[in-house]
Amino acid sequence: MQRGPISRALEREDTLAFWLLAPTLVILTLFIAYPFARGVWLALSNATVGEPGHYIGLANFEKIFADSIFRTAAWNTIVYTAVTTVFKLALGLWLALLLNRHFRGKSWVRAFILLPFIIPTVLSTLAWKWMFDPTFSVFNWLFWKLHIIDSRINWLGDPDLAMASIMAVNVWRGVPFYAISLLAGLQTINPDLHEAAAIDGANRWNRFWHVTWPLLLPVTMVVVLFSVIQTFADFQLVYVLTGGGPANATHLFATYAYQIGIGTGLLSEGAAISLAMFPALLLVVVFQLWYIRKVENR
Amino acid sequence: MSRFTRRKFLQASGAGLAGILATHQAPSFAQQSTVHWIKWNDFVPASDELLRKQMLPEAMKAIGAKITLETVNGNDLQPRVTSAIQSGSGPDVFMLFNNHPHIYGASAVDVSDVAEAIGKAQGGYYNVAKANTQDGKKTLSVPWAVIGAMTSYRKSWFEEVGYNEFPKTWQEYHDAGKKLKAKGRPLGQTLGHTFGDAPTFSYPYLWSWGGKEVDEKGKVVLDSKETLESVKFMQAFWKDSFDEGGLAWDDTNNNRAFLSGTISATLNGASIYIETLRKPDQYKTEKDRPMKEDIRHSPLPRGPKGQFGFHLFQSHMVMQYSKNQKAAKEFLKWIHTPANYEKWFVSQKGYSTPPAAMWEKHKMWDEDPVMAPFKIAGKLGLSPGYAGPPNRKSAEVLTKYIVTDMYAKAVQGMSPQEAVKWAAGEVQKIYSGA
Repeated sequence: MQRGPISRALEREDTLAFWLLAPTLVILTLFIAYPFARGVWLALSNATVGEPGHYIGLANFEKIFADSIFRTAAWNTIVYTAVTTVFKLALGLWLALLLNRHFRGKSWVRAFILLPFIIPTVLSTLAWKWMFDPTFSVFNWLFWKLHIIDSRINWLGDPDLAMASIMAVNVWRGVPFYAISLLAGLQTINPDLHEAAAIDGANRWNRFWHVTWPLLLPVTMVVVLFSVIQTFADFQLVYVLTGGGPANATHLFATYAYQIGIGTGLLSEGAAISLAMFPALLLVVVFQLWYIRKVENR
Repeated sequence: MSRFTRRKFLQASGAGLAGILATHQAPSFAQQSTVHWIKWNDFVPASDELLRKQMLPEAMKAIGAKITLETVNGNDLQPRVTSAIQSGSGPDVFMLFNNHPHIYGASAVDVSDVAEAIGKAQGGYYNVAKANTQDGKKTLSVPWAVIGAMTSYRKSWFEEVGYNEFPKTWQEYHDAGKKLKAKGRPLGQTLGHTFGDAPTFSYPYLWSWGGKEVDEKGKVVLDSKETLESVKFMQAFWKDSFDEGGLAWDDTNNNRAFLSGTISATLNGASIYIETLRKPDQYKTEKDRPMKEDIRHSPLPRGPKGQFGFHLFQSHMVMQYSKNQKAAKEFLKWIHTPANYEKWFVSQKGYSTPPAAMWEKHKMWDEDPVMAPFKIAGKLGLSPGYAGPPNRKSAEVLTKYIVTDMYAKAVQGMSPQEAVKWAAGEVQKIYSGA
């Protein structure tokens, strides 16, 4: 049978690879590379809403680094990411280990565990907002009824409590992702290894530490990588719960960038704040990918 | 029935995409003139209903164009206008708050022809309307209304602590608030990041002590003895008299708190009172009387340098990217015709005060004495950035909530000196920036 020139060209591996990759490349260029390049350009210009502006070098970065609210937002983002990641990992792992056991209704429980992750963040956060409401908080009502408090707790009005509250909601929302992903990792571990360790006299802790944990580490690193990226760039939760308040105490990079870029119309400064996240995230990603490769090549 | 095959789909979508790329323009689905108007969700829902069911159908007939009304949360107007301007498409007419038109001036159609005629015919615009909508070169938007910010308070509760009339000075208000808070009925005020009740309290409070962000020439003067005094006073005032949850309130929290009887007074539009009028059986006092009978309104108390007001101001901007600018202007002319505007104004029951003097004499103001204080809200209100000239800088200070945050930081424990220094530094950065 005679084959056409296209078929012949596609038989060459490099041509076929190019055409198979092309759609992905186009999508990545349109939706990732172009917006990123545009963001970099905005950050280096003095564009405001409706006015394209011109190149001003690093002036926006000088301005934001001298801005006390930006420094607060940067610190908040680091603390928010670090604290919630530790809690999400610990609770997620604990939950995954529990879910990996056999018990009645296991599949139901596994499905329900995912609920916080499935519900749209804005909706669940609105429910949390009501629970933290300064006047009608159900927590305050409950604690008051239980005689634990005699005056209202100002959940979102006190800077430290507000930060703790948004972290708690983030952990609540993020634990299912960790639990289900780690559970998937746990199920790939061959039970024979545990049996062999048990026969050798290893107790429960030793079996976890010397068998489960090393084998789960690559999955854990990937889960942590995704989670850190998402948490570092979190927006919805803080926007809905506190709007960055009280008095800018809970701003993260994303919410502050939004306030400056969209609220105040200083697009270039907003872009600079957004872009300031990039080096930190890049470092985290590079380190974790390097570590994953190292673990895999062991 | 012809089948819609994958091939046909690809041909059609490919041709469409090629067309879009060639013309650099998204397809226009509606060729007839359509005015897309976006405004806030009115705190008096009956007014939005009136617009949708009665006024807009009339307007469509009168101007021969379709009008689509979209209502969104007030805090969402700024994101919408920003994305519309940047993408060059979106609503034709935008409702904007306070001095925000100065932020979007470059993207506004000059509406001086529309606004001047309305102002002239209706007894002249108030100064606050001019300051917020004119930049010296063009008229950026058409003044729509002033949402009078007055203190709604429970008359009987104030009487119980010895105030038969609303406190005249901040010291008296502090004293009344202290006694009320001791009885579990604190004052309520947001110091959060929310467009309405936060700045309409913090700005006039600052002005009444003699503090200003800039002087008449635009020089930053916030770091002053007067500002410091106002912050010092606020620290004790807040702790003694206010519901401290107010730091996290938005524009709706104080309404709910007042209606549920947990606060005794709050600076607000008339929406609380109007809600109690609407649902007298739902909102009752502790003596089982309709709450509406126990609500009164008062301007904010006076400070050492006088009594001031800052009322939420609304105007409508016609966007430069709009392909329906003519129809949009015609629509604004139509809706501001006294016979048409009056219907909307009356439906507001005093919640909105028109931006021009003629309306002070309207008979609606005689119908309910409780609403009378709102009549002159527009006349007495000042624009943020007072005493300086209206401009983009003052709008930036406003949208960054710097004045409100100065007080919020102080009541959270920062020393008054530091709070003033921080705020003055932020304002200075904005005014000295390019």
